[in-house]
Amino acid sequence: MTAAIQVNAVEKSFGNVQIIRDLNLSVAKGERHAIIGPNGAGKSTTFNLISGHIKPTSGEIRLNGEVTSGLRPFEINRRGLSRSFQVTNVFARMTVWENVRCAVLWATGHRYAFWKNVDSLPEVKQRTAQILDDIHLSHRRDVPAGLLTYAEQRELEIGITIAGGASVIMLDEPTAGMSHAETERAVALIRRLTEGRTLVIVEHDMSVVFGLADRISVLVYGHIIASGTPEEIRGNPKVKEAYLGEEVD
Amino acid sequence: MTDAPTPSLAAAKQEPGGVLGFYGVWLLAAIALVVLPLIFSSGGSLTSFCLIGIAIIFALSYNILLGQTGLLSFGHAVQYGLGGFLAVHVMNAGANHNWPIPLPVIPLVGGIGGMAFALLVGWVMTKRAGTVFAMISLGIGELVASSSLILRSVFGGESGITTDRTSLMPMFGWTFGPQIQVYYLIAFWVLVSAIAMYALTRTPLGRICNAVRDNPERVEFIGYDPHVVRYLAYMFAGFFAGIAGGLTAINFEIANSAYLGATQSGLVLFSAFIGGTAYFFGPILGAILVTYLQLGLTSVTSVWQLYFGVIFIGIVMFAPGGIAGILMKHRPLIRAGTLGTVIPSYLVAVIPTLAFALGIILTIETVARFSGGDVINLLGIPFVATAPTTWAAAAVLVVGGFLVARITWRRVAEAWDRAATVARDRGYLA
Repeated sequence: MTAAIQVNAVEKSFGNVQIIRDLNLSVAKGERHAIIGPNGAGKSTTFNLISGHIKPTSGEIRLNGEVTSGLRPFEINRRGLSRSFQVTNVFARMTVWENVRCAVLWATGHRYAFWKNVDSLPEVKQRTAQILDDIHLSHRRDVPAGLLTYAEQRELEIGITIAGGASVIMLDEPTAGMSHAETERAVALIRRLTEGRTLVIVEHDMSVVFGLADRISVLVYGHIIASGTPEEIRGNPKVKEAYLGEEVD
Repeated sequence: MTDAPTPSLAAAKQEPGGVLGFYGVWLLAAIALVVLPLIFSSGGSLTSFCLIGIAIIFALSYNILLGQTGLLSFGHAVQYGLGGFLAVHVMNAGANHNWPIPLPVIPLVGGIGGMAFALLVGWVMTKRAGTVFAMISLGIGELVASSSLILRSVFGGESGITTDRTSLMPMFGWTFGPQIQVYYLIAFWVLVSAIAMYALTRTPLGRICNAVRDNPERVEFIGYDPHVVRYLAYMFAGFFAGIAGGLTAINFEIANSAYLGATQSGLVLFSAFIGGTAYFFGPILGAILVTYLQLGLTSVTSVWQLYFGVIFIGIVMFAPGGIAGILMKHRPLIRAGTLGTVIPSYLVAVIPTLAFALGIILTIETVARFSGGDVINLLGIPFVATAPTTWAAAAVLVVGGFLVARITWRRVAEAWDRAATVARDRGYLA
């Protein structure tokens, strides 16, 4: 079976600084895969490479078997990969409803249409309402996204990411900055919304990682030093030494 | 009829009434356009209405870029002017060859001209937004404007190219010689263009334009190429600017290089901004005000541009949302019924603010007319520009007016805060 995401020997340098060294990663379809690692290990860079935000210096990235390295983000998105951002990245002056609806439009085939009334597309309306319901923001639908609370913006961020119905979802620290209660709520939300899809998640909160992930990859200095089930990662001496220390015991 | 978010929960519940109100607004606009020249029938007001109508289309087309897509253009007059030139050429050719083209479709020719140019240069221009786009638009504007003086066969040099709007095939017995017939032609196109541009904001493309304005980076991750979105917006803006240019060509029976220049581009930016770019109707208000100011001020003062500058600075500094922004701020207060509590503070503030404004006007005019030693007529009072009493009066008005006005402005702000808090407590978000 072809992997949902296959990263082969990817390198990324900014000038003389090599951020990603010989990165190899395989994420099976339907798997919940967490990428962990110390600050500055290149987790976000890995996300940016896979989602097309930046291009690899060398190497190859495949999405569902198709080479996507070198494609623009929207081209990769149209092939079924959607990502969220670590720093909230929404359409601030537009309402919650409009934010989600914009993310639904391409997937429902309306593209750049300038001959259709956006308010009279039943499929779009229904799907947007469903997503808002899913992320518990229906009661805030007419509020400009910029006026939401931080936790609400994080939920909207997830809503925009899943709205297009992509088969591969990548979430970059979805619970960063959240309280304990908010984190629990967000994890339940992520678990429910990514049911049946492939999930790649970057996360610092180890309880989230070990509670959610089927497999974990450990990234240190731009290189994956270990990849395996949570138990394997817990028991891996290299991981203990490089990153986790006493934390996982 | 706003494109901006309706930030109130109450708004969502009123949707059926909203639809009724939506058609009602356009119906009222149509009726107003029909009866306006019947009420104000003098030649002067008819001329003004024609100019205002054209300015409305032009300003709305500009807002497709600035307000909807977040593109600051310094060269929007290029599409407007080229639309005008193409319209003039087609009118002349039509008259010479007896083509069966009636005059009312000529604005469409202008629109095609504006769009064709946008199609040609737009892809390169819209690759980036922000400063890059602004600078390229400025460059293209200057390039075309200066070319128009060199390429005489196309642009007619400094004198431009004239035409005769009555020489085309008459339609329904209308020759379009009398200004009133031209007025109705313009009114028709104002209504059609405004409805079309509003409809555009309600399409998938229109919504994605807003998304590109807010966050082009994120748009790439929901399947859209922001470059394509900007390009399409640029073409639509060019199309409607071309319609405005075509109407100008019909109205004045001439197209010249001034149509293409930086002054024209600046004026449309000015109209859209003063009116308020965040709301669809903002540029309409701006176009009306700026055209009236232009017509009114040029007849009373030689330094009318200076007043434009002062007004522009004032709006940018104190009301960046423009007139529409000021008006819409009152909406939650009206809904919550707390508007009455701020009105008295407005009335108190009016007098010192007016005194302050008069002081500034007197100062500007004194400086402008000093060397001539002219007499300034302000509110029927003659002021001699060289007399120290005039200077003293100006100084008293400016300083005194400002000091008193500042207190009243603070009162307005306090009253406003109280009213807004009450409105928020009642569930109407600001």
